[in-house]
Amino acid sequence: MIEIEDITKSYGNEKSKSQILKGISLKIKEGDFAVILGASGSGKSTFLNVISGLEHPDSGKVIYDKTDIAVLSDKELTQFRKKNIGFIFQQYYLLPNMNVDKNVKMGADLAGNKDYKKVIRAVGLEDKLRKYPNELSGGEQQRVSVARALAKNPKFLFLDEPTGALDEQTGRQILDYICRLHKEYGFTIIMVTHNLNIAEMANTVIKMNSGKISEIYTNKKQKTAYEIGW
Amino acid sequence: MRLDGDSMLVGIKDAAKLIGIFIITCCAIMVCAMFINYNMDIVSIEKEIISAQVMIFYQAQVSTAKVVSAVSGGCLLITSVIMLLFYIKHYIDSHKKELGILKALGYSNIKIAKNFWVFGISVFYGAILGFIGAFLIMPSFYKVQNKDKILPDISVNFHLSLFVYLVLIPAVLFSLLAVFYAWYKLEIPVMNLLKDNIHNFSKARKYREEKENDCLFLEDLKKNTLRDKKILVFFIIFASFCFSSMTQMSFSMKNLASVMMGVMTMLIGIILACTTLFLAITTVIHGNTKTIAMMRVFGYSQKECCTAILGGYRPMSYIGFAVGTVYQYALLRIMVDIVFRDIENMPIYKFDFPVMFLSLGAFIVIYELVMYVYSEKIKKISIKQIMLE
Repeated sequence: MIEIEDITKSYGNEKSKSQILKGISLKIKEGDFAVILGASGSGKSTFLNVISGLEHPDSGKVIYDKTDIAVLSDKELTQFRKKNIGFIFQQYYLLPNMNVDKNVKMGADLAGNKDYKKVIRAVGLEDKLRKYPNELSGGEQQRVSVARALAKNPKFLFLDEPTGALDEQTGRQILDYICRLHKEYGFTIIMVTHNLNIAEMANTVIKMNSGKISEIYTNKKQKTAYEIGW
Repeated sequence: MRLDGDSMLVGIKDAAKLIGIFIITCCAIMVCAMFINYNMDIVSIEKEIISAQVMIFYQAQVSTAKVVSAVSGGCLLITSVIMLLFYIKHYIDSHKKELGILKALGYSNIKIAKNFWVFGISVFYGAILGFIGAFLIMPSFYKVQNKDKILPDISVNFHLSLFVYLVLIPAVLFSLLAVFYAWYKLEIPVMNLLKDNIHNFSKARKYREEKENDCLFLEDLKKNTLRDKKILVFFIIFASFCFSSMTQMSFSMKNLASVMMGVMTMLIGIILACTTLFLAITTVIHGNTKTIAMMRVFGYSQKECCTAILGGYRPMSYIGFAVGTVYQYALLRIMVDIVFRDIENMPIYKFDFPVMFLSLGAFIVIYELVMYVYSEKIKKISIKQIMLE
């Protein structure tokens, strides 16, 4: 369970301070597939960064199993991310001078996962192990990023617009991989998107507007990646 | 980089980043100007020498000037050229997109490349400062060179030809080199300049990596960091080489030549070593910002990031130190045994172990201090930095 209590976050100095998160409280159950939905500038990516331990909030609590990560030091936060968190970003951020195998190993080594090739097979990249990121298509690069995140056996997977840079077909394929792996491994998914259709795949939808939660609802029936509109 | 009128210009600000070349040129020209000027002035007293013993001393002085100018000037010149080429390549690599856009808009390679002449400015400024510095030190240097009054008095003269050869010609040649090298490097297709992450890895590298498949990620990263920028390995080796050879030599110089020569050698050594080390490590960190940011996001500790990115250079620096130790010993051995062999009362030269350990200790302290400063920089790298790009 992730318990978020009255989170605030602002950027800038005293003169030109802009408050991005304005007191957000929320609970996300373990194994949940939560989607944070909002327009550009609504604060959803900042919210993701704060609850995943990439940034400290100005005030409030982010509690994972009785541990408030908002008060952890940088060193402790690094340890926390190492043990618990996986990330997938819109821009993939693969290491350009390392091949697929080594990019995935980056995640796997953190968890001491020797069986990481299973994840590479699961995303259908077993024949591209020796390829470098610039030799792969956008979809393939994102699949490497999915494998890298899952190879560290995370309890929580954070995704920031994972299909934002992909075409419809590839985007659906990536979401399908993520959904299938979610069912298989049972980790908690928190995904940021501006695409209303993608929210239909989640069981919890959190709508954000101007740094606040405007609505939370649950989907009675979750759709698959191939059932949603685009 | 900025657009001015209808042409792209590499600004003076960009050239200012070539502080390393500026410092190296300054040191090189100072040493060369001092010794060559001394050489040119000493020739005027040759006819006044009548004693054979004095003639031997005179010839030894001339030979010393030639050897020192050739060795230090030559080494520093080669380093400056390598550094300039490295900077231009690095500049083009880090401004690929802007250059690609200019080429796509129809700017020719030569039109873009000719703006790189400003990179030669660093050489001009360095050379002129070194030249002035040399003339400021020269009166004391002349006195020290002839402290026993074996030779007749030698006065300091300004030689215009020396100014042309040591200041103007290098500045022009470096500017031309910058333009032609930039022109050559801009022969990349527009699309390759516009695209990110274009790496053409050789078959040999792919084969080697396949063999190293069982390595841990951090080990792989350490090896890759060294392989990707071999020139930086050279700079690290050069930095430790300079520190080792010049600090050790400076102690021997105190006995063999003068305290002034010793202090000068030590200062040049420390400045060169620190500048080169600083530039090399800055480039390593800059080139690996994305990798470090992602490692931090995934939960690699600051220590693990530092070890993987910077750890590979440590053995290289010790290799440089060892080479520098051997080099300074060999050079001084040659000077004492060959150049000054006929001089009476020449001090005995032996390898100085305490000085070597002292120099090694100082080197370790400085190197680890630099690494600590950069590890703190690594700590501050966040995912936001790469997201904002």
